[in-house]
Amino acid sequence: MEISKIVELLNGQLVVHGSNKTVEIETVCSTDLMSDVLRFATKGTLLVTALNQAQVIRTAEIADIPAVIMVMGKAIEKELTELAEKKDITLISTNLPTFTTCGILYAEGLIGCLEGQ
Amino acid sequence: MNVTDIIEGCYQLMEGDFTNAGVASSELKSILTKLGVPLDIVRRTAIAAFEAEMNVIIHGVAGTMHYAISETEVRITFTDMGPGIENIELAMKEGYSTAPDWVREMGWGAGMGLPNIKKNTDEMKIDSAVGEGTTLEITIKLRKDAPC
Repeated sequence: MEISKIVELLNGQLVVHGSNKTVEIETVCSTDLMSDVLRFATKGTLLVTALNQAQVIRTAEIADIPAVIMVMGKAIEKELTELAEKKDITLISTNLPTFTTCGILYAEGLIGCLEGQ
Repeated sequence: MNVTDIIEGCYQLMEGDFTNAGVASSELKSILTKLGVPLDIVRRTAIAAFEAEMNVIIHGVAGTMHYAISETEVRITFTDMGPGIENIELAMKEGYSTAPDWVREMGWGAGMGLPNIKKNTDEMKIDSAVGEGTTLEITIKLRKDAPC
């Protein structure tokens, strides 16, 4: 699924668009614990989180995660946006909560990153 | 990949410095990628280094991360002046954590750090003394046929 489609489905806002415009998302990891991302998320997965800390971008970079969705309309500080731009991580914001976000993406065919292995 | 000499580097780490947390591991990841190390090995190394870096930033008071890349392996040593680990066996258990609440609020402290490091490395040695500090040495082989 293309990033633009995900933004549309979640009625979201594309805060930072990474340079890889053709990135295709197939799997999703949803957690607010960064060690769980490092432990369970697979390369190329989409991260859904309510944690609005710059650490999320650092973790995405280390774990080869191309795109992050911040749910519940959490405020996104400039520091976080700048780091996402620098690290070339796509950042999407949505007002929807985690459950609804994941439900919509699942209904549209995306699967959990562990199922995708 | 062609490393004839050992490539070394060192970073200082400070407890509570979340602004720079991950910078050292990110730079190491970039160096390994540029050297042409297979990407799955780069990812494993970066994850292990990042977890260990976070451990020093969460618990370690002050410390260093030193890496040495040879033709066959990358060895990373983390040394800190932190409180030390009372029970290493317990600390290796998934879910066991002594991290304070403010650390958990930042998305860390889930008790997965050391198990994650072990999972992603070929060798892992911890030497810790309560009240003195901890030294963690991890090794990742850069070739599948490399000797231990």
